[in-house]
Parts: sequence; C-alpha cells; structure tokens
Amino acid sequence: MEEKKLILNGKRLDGRNPDELRNIEMKVDVVSRADGSAEVRFGNTIAIASVYGPRSLFPKHLQEPEIGIIRCRYNMAPFSVKGERKSPGPDRRSIEISKVTRNALEPAIFLEDFPRAVIDIFIEIIQADGSTRVTGINAASLALAAAGVPMRDLVAACSVGKIDDTLVVDLTGEEDNYSKADIAFAMLPSKNEVTLLQMDGILTKDELFQLFDLAKKSCQKIYEIQKKVLREKYKVSE
Amino acid sequence: MKEYALELIEKGKRIDGRAFDQFRKIEIVRNAIKSADGSARVKFGETEVIAGVKIGIGTPFPDTPDQGILIVNSEFSPIASPEFEAGPPGEDAIELARVVDRGIRESKAIELEKLCITPGEKVLSVFIDIHIINHHGNLLDAAALASIIALLNTKMPKVEGDKINREEYVGNLPIAHLPINISVGKVGNFLIIDPTFEEEKILESKLCIAVREDDKICALQKQGSRQIKFDELEKMIDLAIEKSKELRRLCQQEH
Amino acid sequence: MREREIILPGEIIDERKGRKIGSNVYLEGNNVYSKVLGIPKISENEISVIPLAGVYIPRVGDRIIGTIIEVEVSGWLVDINSPYFAFLPLAEGVEEFVDLERVDLSRFYDIGDLIYCRIFKVPKSKIVQVTMKDYLARKLYGGVIIKITPSKIPRVIGKDGSMINLIKNKTKCEILTGQNGVIWIKGEKKDRAIEAILTIERESHFLGLTEKIERMLS
Repeated sequence: MEEKKLILNGKRLDGRNPDELRNIEMKVDVVSRADGSAEVRFGNTIAIASVYGPRSLFPKHLQEPEIGIIRCRYNMAPFSVKGERKSPGPDRRSIEISKVTRNALEPAIFLEDFPRAVIDIFIEIIQADGSTRVTGINAASLALAAAGVPMRDLVAACSVGKIDDTLVVDLTGEEDNYSKADIAFAMLPSKNEVTLLQMDGILTKDELFQLFDLAKKSCQKIYEIQKKVLREKYKVSE
Repeated sequence: MKEYALELIEKGKRIDGRAFDQFRKIEIVRNAIKSADGSARVKFGETEVIAGVKIGIGTPFPDTPDQGILIVNSEFSPIASPEFEAGPPGEDAIELARVVDRGIRESKAIELEKLCITPGEKVLSVFIDIHIINHHGNLLDAAALASIIALLNTKMPKVEGDKINREEYVGNLPIAHLPINISVGKVGNFLIIDPTFEEEKILESKLCIAVREDDKICALQKQGSRQIKFDELEKMIDLAIEKSKELRRLCQQEH
Repeated sequence: MREREIILPGEIIDERKGRKIGSNVYLEGNNVYSKVLGIPKISENEISVIPLAGVYIPRVGDRIIGTIIEVEVSGWLVDINSPYFAFLPLAEGVEEFVDLERVDLSRFYDIGDLIYCRIFKVPKSKIVQVTMKDYLARKLYGGVIIKITPSKIPRVIGKDGSMINLIKNKTKCEILTGQNGVIWIKGEKKDRAIEAILTIERESHFLGLTEKIERMLS
C-alpha cells in the first residue's frame, strides 16, 4: 500500500486536531414502533439502533432460568459503504461485530431483572465512514435507556488509533484504512469499566496505554452528550 | 463444577493444581497432516486443535497488487464438544478465526510481498484452517499457536503457470515474525493463564493479547460478556507479554 | 433533588442513610443509583425511581387486566401485557365444582375474554398465576382496551383517584386501570377519555398536567 500522509502540520485531513472528535449528533426515539431507539452520527458515519424488549423468548430452550438474555444484530446497509455496493446480509465481519457489540452492552444491563425473557437490539449502519461499531454501540446504549431497560450505567464508545506517527481519536474510514493501529473501545464511564476492547495494528505498550487514556477521556465527552440528549428528550415543561 | 472451581480459586488454587500463571501440559506435533502444505496438532492439556495450511493461487486485492493473500478460517466441529452444532461457523468460530488472523496479519508474520507471482494478477494465497478437535478451554491461544507453528513448517509448492505442483517443493513459507496469543482471565483478585473449560465459565473478564517477539502488541480482543476494570488492563497486558515468551520458545524448538 | 427532575441509569440519587432500597434503583457501596431513565422518589424511608418507560414485570398483589389467550385442561392462559404469560387455574377462576369430563372450560372464560384479576403467585422459574377470587375481580364486557407505559398508571389515577375521577366524570365513561398498563374504557365518549389518557402518558412528568386535562375535557 502506498504511504499516504494523514497528518499535515499537526492537523488531520478533515482539519481536526488529533484528540478531536468529529461533529456528533444524537437523537432518541426515532423509531416509533420500537420500545427504544436512537440515531447517532459521528461525522459521516450514521447508525440507527432499535431495542425491543424485554419480551417473551421462544423456543423455550433458549431461555435462561435466572436471567434474561440479549440478542444483538449489527448490519451495514448495502448503500452505506463508499465504492462498491456491499452485498446484503451478514458477513463474517458483521457477525463478529454483532458478538462484540452484545458483549459490550451486556455488562451494563441488569439481566437478572427479567429472567427467561430477551432484549433484542438491532443496529443498522446507514452511512459508513469509519468507527461504525462504536457509533452503533453509542446508539444502542441510548435506545436501551429510552426503552426503560434497567442498566448500571450508559455505555460510551469511541475509536482511537495511530496514523502516521500520531495518536488520534475517532478515525474516519480513510484514516482507518491507512492506520498503523486502530482500537475500538467502549466503557461504562462512571464505573471505569471497559466493555469493548479490540485492537489491530502494531503498537508498543506505551503507545497502547496512551491510546487507552485518550479513549477514556473521549468516552467521557461522549457520555456527557448521551446524557444531555436523554434529558432533553424528557425535559420538564414549566 | 464451576462453583467448586471458584471456591478453589478464592483459596489460591486451581482444580488441576496449577499455579495461576502456569500453562497446562502443551504437546505439539509438527507436520501432523501429510496432506497439508504445513500443519500442527497442538494440545493444551485436554484442549486439542489442528491447524492446516494450504497454499493456493489467487488474485491480489486492488490496493495491494504485489502481496499474497492470507485467509484464516475456523471450524468448531461437533466432535469437539456437546455444545458445538454442525453447520456453518457460528459467531464464536468466526471470532476466533478473525482474532488469530489479526495476530498473524498485523505482526507481518508472513512476508506477503514474497508471494507475488505476477503483480496485479496472480499471487499465492495462504489458507489457514483451524479445526477444533476437543474443547476444554482456551481455544484461542491453542489455535493461534497451532497456526504459527503450522506456518513455520509450511513448504511452498512449485507454481507452474496457473497450477500448483505439490510433487515439488521450493522452500519454506517466508516467516519474518512470531506473534503469540495469550488470553488472560480475571477471577476475584487473581489473573489466570490458560483457563480450562470450567474456569472460563467463572471468569469475570478475559482479554486476549497477541504479542510479537519485540514485545509489540499486534492484536487485542476482550472476550466474553463481562467487563474489565480499566485499571487492570496494564497488569493483564504485562502478564501476556511475559508469558508469550514461554510459548514462543516452544515454536522455535526444532527450528 | 427536586421532584420531577429526570435521573439517568448509573447516576447517584443519594447516600443510602439507612433507607429501604425501592424499585428501579441499586446499591453500590453506600450510594443508591438509578437503574433507569425516570423520576426519583425520595422519602424518609425509601429511595426508588419511577421509570419513564419499560415493560410490566408482574408482582404479587397487583391488580391487572388480562386477555384469555388459551383454554387449557385445568385453567386458562392469560396475556398480561408482559414478557411473562400468566395462568388462571380452574380453582381460582370458578367457584363451583366443575366436572372436567362434562364441561368445556371455555364456558367460563373463552379466548379473547377480558378479565380484571389479581396476581397471586410469581414463582421464580415457573409461570405467573392470577386469581379471580378477589372482591374487585370480574370479567369485562364490551368496551375497549388501550395499553400505556405501566409506570404511568399511577399518574392516570392521580392522587386519591383525582385524575381518573376527573376523566370519568367529564366523559361519563366506565374506566378500569390495570397495574400492568392496560386500561379498559366503556362509554360513548370513550375517544375523549382515551385522548386524555394518552396525553397523561406523554406528559406524565410535566407539572400542571391536571389543569391541562381539565381544560381538554371541558
């Protein structure tokens, strides 16, 4: 792959500083039929999440006697990617992302409050420009809260990585392609617990931990936006 | 069984008497599968996996016209566990294959530039297929070790035009780095290495780390539905870096 | 913390200070946190949160409106607007002696029938049980049912029934509220009653709601 310069004069191709998030928009209750839903945008990446449940789970053998279960499906719409159309349906990448997304949300939910039942979480990426899975997780977290699902905390997520020799947050699609390393990170901000951690690339241990700190700070910013959006939706009128 | 495992761990012991940072008995058979171009059969205690490598001819990706292709697949065969069902790979098999792939790919273990036949048209494909034979915990580390050892003993068949000639071998697959996967689990106040099947059920969290021989990290995957305390990440990663050296020594024997 | 301020999952409500841990909250260390998006309810004795959304999870003693969905061998299966179905055993549904060989149980409750009943058993891994042996329990004839967020039923009822009585008086409808979020309405002006109820559901956490409803129904 040819070398492409992603950082010029300390700024990224879209003009951002290395530790700057893209423009973020979040909306709750966008799907009226769902029990809870949200749309989240990070720059040009758009994810919509719907939550259904807790609801009855059949066939019975899928039920857990003491706790509820979560099912999660991450999907990219065929028109969401740049370039060639993405063939519809789950591919291996989407299946893995569905799994780690579920694993990222489970620690936040009080599964024991709805034994034998299920919560279904669906995430659709309708426009993809990098960091899609973390955008999906941010949306799913809002949707769960809007649905009244009992949770220990909201889940906030972001991507961090190394492009050229600089450590950055919230990678675009292009930055991800040319990155030396990228990390998908999600946490329960007020519990200081990590629920999603995936990395690929090459990093020294020092670089890794600098990126963890950057991810944690950025998740805190995202968390504040999530909370603001939920409050505003239900603002008390005087 | 898992309540018992938990009880023991709280007392500082494991069911099989191992130390918390000790691997089970590891057995390696190189070139176990004669029909493969490279292979390894690896056991971590009762867990058993086979990695088989097949070389083929393929078309390069447009953005890397002069590089060979790596494809990693894994099958959780129903022979290995009462929980595995026949059929296409499920999410666990897919996750395992993709994590093993990342460790190998990101570490640049295989010198893919040396697998080019005609730039932009024809390159060699390296297929690694991981077959689980017995699931007794820690499939990921065993699968990754089997894969890298299989790669180390892979012989390159001769390429004649559009065909592969396995009657003649022209040297070994060029391997430049040795990534090793170590999964670290947390129970109570303890970090444990190489969890058995029962131990995996009681882990509070599990992080898989792929480490290269220069101690650089090339892949991370938090596994399972629990959380990891942010402040524990460092200890887990340090332990993985330390333990990776032990497994790497096993790779390098007989080489 | 003022009444009517929204709290989010994971936010601290207060220190425990010896109070009872009520519904939709959890204790970590000495602090009581909210589990849900809702309105905190703090008293001298108890801390809880009224959720602004969420499904009905059955509790013993709740009076609910259910729909018969199956006639079984020794009772009836009931949809109680919850991820959990309920069972009305024969002995809890019928006073008289029933000869099962001769009598078809649908004679008493048939598929589609609406009942106002009480939850009397919520066993851990088994099916919830309801009973009609309650002085308020009865079959509901005619009318329609609507479903709202269960946690908003108290708001529909109002303090000492003030809100529900307001609606009943102004619309001259019969209205029954189930703690499972199901409301039964019967009467000519039921559409106005329904409109008022749905407004309460939407604006349940707003101040000045009672006056608004009064204006709507005049």
